[in-house]
Amino acid sequence: MSAKSQRVIPVVAAGAIEPELYAKREQVYPREVHGVFARWRLLMVALTLGIYYGLPWINWGEGRQAFLIDLPGRKFNLFFWTFWPQDLFYLTAILIISALSLFLFTAVAGRLWCGYTCPQTVWTEVFLWIERRIEGDRPRQIRLAASPWNAERIFKKGAKHFVWMAFAGWTGFTFVGYFTPIHELAAAVPTVAAGPWETFWILFYSLATYGNAGFLREQVCIYMCPYARFQSVMFDRDTLVISYDGARGEPRAARRRTEDPKARGLGDCIDCTLCVQVCPTGIDIRDGLQYQCIACGACIDVCDTVMEKMNYPKGLIRYTTQNELDGAKPRRIVRPRVLVYSAILGMLTVALIVAVLLRVPLQLDVIRDRNSLYRETPEGLIENVYTLKILNMDARAHRFTLRAEGIEDLRLVRDGASIAAGAGEVIEVPVRLQAEEDELEHRSSRVQFILQSEDDSRLRVREQARFLGPERER
Amino acid sequence: MADFTSSFWNWFIAVPTVIGILVLFWLNRKMTTPRRGRQETTKTTGHVWDEDLRELNNPLPRWWLNMFYITLVFGLAYLVLYPGLGTFAGMLRWSQQDQYERELAAANQRYGELYEKYLREQLTVLAANPDAVKTGERLFVNYCASCHGSDARGAPGYPNLRDGDWLWGGDPQAIEFTILNGRQAAMPAWGQVLGQDGVANVAEYVLSLSGKRTVNESAVAEGKAKFQQLCVACHGPEGKGNSALGAPNLTDDVWLYGGSQRVVMETIERGRSGRMPAHEDFLGEAKVHLLAAYVYSLSHGKTVEK
Repeated sequence: MSAKSQRVIPVVAAGAIEPELYAKREQVYPREVHGVFARWRLLMVALTLGIYYGLPWINWGEGRQAFLIDLPGRKFNLFFWTFWPQDLFYLTAILIISALSLFLFTAVAGRLWCGYTCPQTVWTEVFLWIERRIEGDRPRQIRLAASPWNAERIFKKGAKHFVWMAFAGWTGFTFVGYFTPIHELAAAVPTVAAGPWETFWILFYSLATYGNAGFLREQVCIYMCPYARFQSVMFDRDTLVISYDGARGEPRAARRRTEDPKARGLGDCIDCTLCVQVCPTGIDIRDGLQYQCIACGACIDVCDTVMEKMNYPKGLIRYTTQNELDGAKPRRIVRPRVLVYSAILGMLTVALIVAVLLRVPLQLDVIRDRNSLYRETPEGLIENVYTLKILNMDARAHRFTLRAEGIEDLRLVRDGASIAAGAGEVIEVPVRLQAEEDELEHRSSRVQFILQSEDDSRLRVREQARFLGPERER
Repeated sequence: MADFTSSFWNWFIAVPTVIGILVLFWLNRKMTTPRRGRQETTKTTGHVWDEDLRELNNPLPRWWLNMFYITLVFGLAYLVLYPGLGTFAGMLRWSQQDQYERELAAANQRYGELYEKYLREQLTVLAANPDAVKTGERLFVNYCASCHGSDARGAPGYPNLRDGDWLWGGDPQAIEFTILNGRQAAMPAWGQVLGQDGVANVAEYVLSLSGKRTVNESAVAEGKAKFQQLCVACHGPEGKGNSALGAPNLTDDVWLYGGSQRVVMETIERGRSGRMPAHEDFLGEAKVHLLAAYVYSLSHGKTVEK
């Protein structure tokens, strides 16, 4: 760079200025932006919110909500399946898969979660859109905020907050609809007949949405969210990040459109500061990658429109990798880290799908009577008493047959008729096992109970238990 | 109520607690750096490391500091209202015992009606009522199954409640009495009196009464002689038992402790003192009534065991 274009950095003696550690919040007014990434964001908002608001309304089966987390009933409806607390490890698998997929796509393309799918971003987008429709775009908003409390300000602010609150209310209502059947809730809410806890949570989540998306906004991303901090740890020099190409853009200065920048020794950046105005977190991407950047791509879009107008090539701010920027290495997406994440992710996903498909909605728990080790029947047989709990997790009633094996000539004695359990029912069946003393090789023998549904061969479980007998005299 | 003979421990706890809280108040105030004015620079702790490394001493956020004070005030208020300072019962006079009794009263109010309804009915009627039997079964599994087994067929020393054999009487009232007041068996130990051979002989005779195999006819005869002398007082002239005394019927091949020769000999030699606990105070009349109905239903259901 020539001496003329070098910027002079002011030098201050160390220790003369103590840093002001408290940063007063400055309100961010993001300017509206159109472009490739804006369209992607819009699509993701539509997709995520479409699912969020639509899913609870879907029914599957007789009056059964397709997606319902029934906490008092300890059941989780997921379309075709009903999961019980015993199925909790599927959730564990889902969480691990979610974490791994986060690692994968963050390693590839940075903070995709933050910019496109995070609830904070998505709801803030909606609230910003409402604000723009009512108050106008950024310049108008700033002017309104500076104006006194006249009729215009009262009306516009009032209208905005009213619409915000209505939308937040709808959001809170929908959230509770995931836990209480939403059709019932919809009937109860207008007549103020919802239960106390439902009412509390609807108001709580409405307030949370209103507060987070209306007021806190970028404060969540900057100060509260752990993702902001640890996502950066998942980057490496080949991660696609949004960067300002300083080598191309500097030195920045305003100039006429017809001028040749190179003649004046200028870079491509015309210092229009539009990239700062559209940024929802209020940073200047030209300062480099910062933790506040949520990778929404708004700065890319707006800079590209400016570049077009100036007839410069697009991409002054663009998705690129650190290696590319440094000019050292070409773009390398497929690398060991990405391959390892993908492989593990693929295996776990397949494993989860297979496990769910092979799930048997039947469970048998054996509780052996423990008041005495064993009992001798009048005929001289050794007897152990058990209480069997049969969990019919299927959506249909079934009849079952029961048998036991593990000892020669083992007898299973049961009072009552055949075993029948309704859909989703848990029944208790007392049984006794009897064996000849001579057939018992050990004091404690392993036995198995085999429960089989009479009408569905798929429903079959085998449960281990112990049969105790007298001390063997050798 | 004083738990200790002297009030020393009471003061030992109360005084340091209160003093401690007051000290914390003072400590909080002392450690609070005064609020920084706008023009003042941040003070450092005064210590310098490695020539020029300093540590700032910024005041704690006001809200953080206020939280400390709030907790101290809360602590004091709590100790005034609730017990915590020695034997001081607290202004609200809360106690665990009271809380338990209130919960019990609430439960009684909730379930009392149902139990009262059952209490008024006859046991034989209740035994035929499927809801009452189910309630009784749940009570049984909760309170009785640990000794009598979850299927009520007993264990060595704990009677089988499903058969028709009763030690103390099998009519509904007797069953209820047994559960309410408990029973204490008292089979004396005859080992000293009979001697080893005597015990063996009597055992042979007793086993023969139930129609079990007899090996030694002479032993049976000698045993019978001793039996007539010593045992008929409780077990009756034919060994049919006496429910007033809880003496078992020895002719029906139902054995409380086991019917092998070894066990019968042990019973005669060492005696038995089986005990059924009393449940009146523990469960109350209503629950015992349901249990009695359930137990009665076990031997008077569709299928009756021997």
